[in-house]
Amino acid sequence: MSYLSNIYNGIKTLLTGMSVTGKYFLNARKGAITQQYPDNRATLKMFDRFRGEVIMPHDENNEHACTGCQKCELACPNGTIEIIWDRGIDEVTGKKKKKIDKFVYHLSMCTMCGLCIDACPTDAIKWGQNFENSVYDRTALTRVLNKPGSKVRAGIED
Amino acid sequence: MNIALNITQTFQDWLVGFMPEGAASITAMVIVAVIYLMIFAVAGLYLVLLERRVAAWFQLRLGPNRVGFQGLLQTMADALKLVSKELTGTDRADKFLYNLAPYFVIITSLMALGIFPFTQGFQAFDINIGIFFLIAISSIGVIGILLAGWSSNNKFALIGAMRSGVQTISYELSIGLSLLTMVLLTGSLQLSEIVETQKHGWLIVQGHVPAIIAFMIYMIAGTAETNRAPFDMVEAESELGAGFHTEYSGMKFAYFFLAEFINMFIIACIATTVFFGAWLSPFGITESLPWLGVFWFLLKALILVFLMMWFRWTFPRLRIDQLLSLEWKYLLPINLINIMLMAFLVWQKLTIQF
Repeated sequence: MSYLSNIYNGIKTLLTGMSVTGKYFLNARKGAITQQYPDNRATLKMFDRFRGEVIMPHDENNEHACTGCQKCELACPNGTIEIIWDRGIDEVTGKKKKKIDKFVYHLSMCTMCGLCIDACPTDAIKWGQNFENSVYDRTALTRVLNKPGSKVRAGIED
Repeated sequence: MNIALNITQTFQDWLVGFMPEGAASITAMVIVAVIYLMIFAVAGLYLVLLERRVAAWFQLRLGPNRVGFQGLLQTMADALKLVSKELTGTDRADKFLYNLAPYFVIITSLMALGIFPFTQGFQAFDINIGIFFLIAISSIGVIGILLAGWSSNNKFALIGAMRSGVQTISYELSIGLSLLTMVLLTGSLQLSEIVETQKHGWLIVQGHVPAIIAFMIYMIAGTAETNRAPFDMVEAESELGAGFHTEYSGMKFAYFFLAEFINMFIIACIATTVFFGAWLSPFGITESLPWLGVFWFLLKALILVFLMMWFRWTFPRLRIDQLLSLEWKYLLPINLINIMLMAFLVWQKLTIQF
């Protein structure tokens, strides 16, 4: 009897498989996963864990969270990050304090490993969504991440 | 809108007016052959496009939609590219057989198209052993595949071709027997007469249970016959590269590719003719308009083509021993019992007729 039950099970499982793919076929119009990229630039939303480039978010007062601790520079395996820093006088305490002058990011050397972002104690740098980084001159890929005139947000070091 | 029973005959009658009869019949045949060649080469290209779009929808993709409106010119562009490519070959290949093989495959598949009744009287060649001719011609195609594999001087191609031989010879049996089951109902091998019988109900209705079993067996064997997934042992990409056409390039490769899709259409056309009443409309709703028969025929054939595409994008590929045990241990015994059941039905007049 296993002969007949083989046939029955065979047909049953095949029909189950066909119903699954049939459902996909009927819903293909609604849920196509293909992004028609150059056409949908305006609405394109990359997924959360996408690693496009390293950015440093600034708030509305032009303040960032980078204290210049250089942990990212040490963590980077190929010297992508270069922090040019200086000592200044802290306004509240009047003591000498380290602060960044330029946060230099060489995108052309970056392998998107994410070690700098993991190392950052104050979440000053994050992954950006932009991936259209083609340029004609590679010097354009060397970026200064902190905006001119920006300063570290108060209280971030406490 | 009364066109004579046979396209070739119509052309011949018209040509006899200004040339001797022998020359007229040859010219008529050539004209019809060229027309069929052009129509079905283009139709084959569009079947490739259909397959790609349908496959995309099964996988929640979009498919080719850039060249022309909704990608309608995509396969035309592909064909143009293939025509312009270099025809390469392997060292110490058997040049004559190597060049001959693609023509075997494409010519046999185009020859089979000649005898389908697309509508009342729209048939290139109404041969009186139609079904037999179809079965015979569809198994000649495998010679082309064997030649291609043998002459390529490539082990993968040879293994692919041998698998194809094993597979086609095995499944030819099921195709023949399942069609024979339906021939018991019609009592004729001539396709136009088979359609005539179906004016009292399509054969799948007339033969009810055994006809449905025969149809299922036919579709399985037909899919295997065209070397399509889940039976594409012949060109199992993960094992054999591209199987028998690994060494072919350019237009010779395109012939193999086109032949595969035309064969799929042929399998669907045979099923349409034998099981689903060819050009007859359901319940005779457009009986007074014989030209609509083309529409009904193509509709039914395309639904069956879609069914085969559905198989392809659903089922995993079989192993070679599973493939053979499916045929010899399951399909063949069921088929033989089925044919006896059908003979009993016909003898006891248990068929359903309107």
